[in-house]
Amino acid sequence: MEKALTALPIRKEKSYWSRLGARIVKHRAMYVLALPGVLFFILFKLTPLWGLLLAFKDYNPYSGFAGSEWVGFKHFADLFADRNFYIMLRNTFAINVFGLVFMFPLPILLALMLNEVRHGAFKRFNQSIVYLPHFLSWVVVASMTFFVLSTDVGIVNKLIGEAGHEPISFLSESKYFWGLITAQTMWKEAGWGTIIFLAAMAGVDPQRYEAAVVDGASRFRQIWHITLPAIRPTILILLILRLGQMADVGFEQMLLMMNPLVMQVAEVFDTYAYTQGILRGQISTGVTVGMFKGVVGFVLVMTSNYIVKKSGQEGIY
Amino acid sequence: MTAFDWINYTLLAVISLVCVFPFLYVFSVSFTDPEVYVPLRFYLFPEKWSLAAYSYILSTDSFANALKSTVFITAVGTVLNLIVTFSLAYALTKKDVPGRGPMMGFVIFTLVFSAGIVPNYLLVQNLGLLNSYWALIWPVLTNAWSLIIIKSFLESLPSELEDAARIDGCSDIGVFLRVVLPLSMPAVAAFTLFFAVSHWNTYFNALIYLSDAKKWTLQVLVKTLVIDSDNAGMAGAGGDERSVPQETIRMASIMLAMAPILLVYPFLQKHFAKGIMLGSVKG
Repeated sequence: MEKALTALPIRKEKSYWSRLGARIVKHRAMYVLALPGVLFFILFKLTPLWGLLLAFKDYNPYSGFAGSEWVGFKHFADLFADRNFYIMLRNTFAINVFGLVFMFPLPILLALMLNEVRHGAFKRFNQSIVYLPHFLSWVVVASMTFFVLSTDVGIVNKLIGEAGHEPISFLSESKYFWGLITAQTMWKEAGWGTIIFLAAMAGVDPQRYEAAVVDGASRFRQIWHITLPAIRPTILILLILRLGQMADVGFEQMLLMMNPLVMQVAEVFDTYAYTQGILRGQISTGVTVGMFKGVVGFVLVMTSNYIVKKSGQEGIY
Repeated sequence: MTAFDWINYTLLAVISLVCVFPFLYVFSVSFTDPEVYVPLRFYLFPEKWSLAAYSYILSTDSFANALKSTVFITAVGTVLNLIVTFSLAYALTKKDVPGRGPMMGFVIFTLVFSAGIVPNYLLVQNLGLLNSYWALIWPVLTNAWSLIIIKSFLESLPSELEDAARIDGCSDIGVFLRVVLPLSMPAVAAFTLFFAVSHWNTYFNALIYLSDAKKWTLQVLVKTLVIDSDNAGMAGAGGDERSVPQETIRMASIMLAMAPILLVYPFLQKHFAKGIMLGSVKG
């Protein structure tokens, strides 16, 4: 009896490992399938995190990663003392506020308008057209912008000139820059952004509209009392998640649209990390800026996701 | 039709017009005959059609090279994306596999945090991939967003079919290849398009990893051609004495940089739109 009692835990422990081993063997095919992807994540997503240590070293290509001297938080102190840091912070914030105010409501409005179209072919045709810009590269969008808005080859300035006014330097004057970036994003992404709202609207029971019509509700009142409440949870989730992206600015877009004349309003963390870290070889500065942005972004996303989950909805994960 | 409808339809027509206007402008200038081309006139359609700008561009070495690079990266990159992403996503649907939890956790972590531009650049440099097309393929082999959507799509498939195939003696890999993948064709179609568009449109990685001009992709070439020679209207355009005007050449290069997308878009549009809603079946 005593013997059996002492033997039991040992057998149990053994059986845990052997069961684990058996599960691994049983699912060996899954490891084969997962292997390329797992190797990818280890090499291209995990190893670069190691490079973040360079933010705490004075990186010198001759001494290499290990040989470079540790400097603690020097690069962070330098960053926070740099005037450019506050310019980048302001630009990031301003571009995001522009995006929130002008871009965020647009897909909702557009989806409401499309949802009111009863003529099927007209609706599908419009959808096809407004989705299209989403698939173009930022290079193409920026190139088109030059042909539409620049002072020498822009068709809009041609029209302004014909109307007898001076050309407007939309692309090289600071005061237009944030608006220009926002307008580009609106042109490219507003249509695509309607998909998620249209899907939510498609879930509304048509009988509710029929009942509202019987009660004499106008189209506006139907939108206000039936459609909008149906998509309110979607709007809220997307709004909170959007707030979690306040540290992000479209990097390729900024890189393509910035020029020396608008630098003061166009420099953001990613563009600074690129010019300092890669173009000028100030590796440690570049890593520091990137890490600062990454950490702030991480905190914002986690917070907003926490709020989404707290409100009883499914977050991004 | 009520007044409400008229206003709504008119507004939507105006919005669509704003969306297509730049396309129409670029399209018609690129096909305008150099002889009748007048700078800065808006043509809805070319007054006189000509392929002069296109034949000029297509005859240049730099364009031929860029086209080859871009097609190679897009074709090879998309195939590898699909293989790696679907296999890993399928493995992640099996809840009983030891190690699945930590892996899923790390995938989600990469969705909210990345090391940033410089550490990634140093990695590619240390791997000796600078100036190699593989620098545009390996670092974007798969991504958390696609994995999560495909995983939840795969989870929405009925598991009875898999069980039935296993009883019939099918191996795990056989089940994946012969049962799961054929059922996943809507997701495969959507993600083929997403991956291909993303490779075709990549600009920044091509800019930093391929410094050798012979290896440039289309996007980098078009950027240099259109934006650098007219940066914010500072450098003078025009004044070029060649037989084909600069503007029509640049417009034609923009058209070529988006040609594959414009060509497949009308036929595959519904797959694109379905793609992003695939994962929402299960949230």
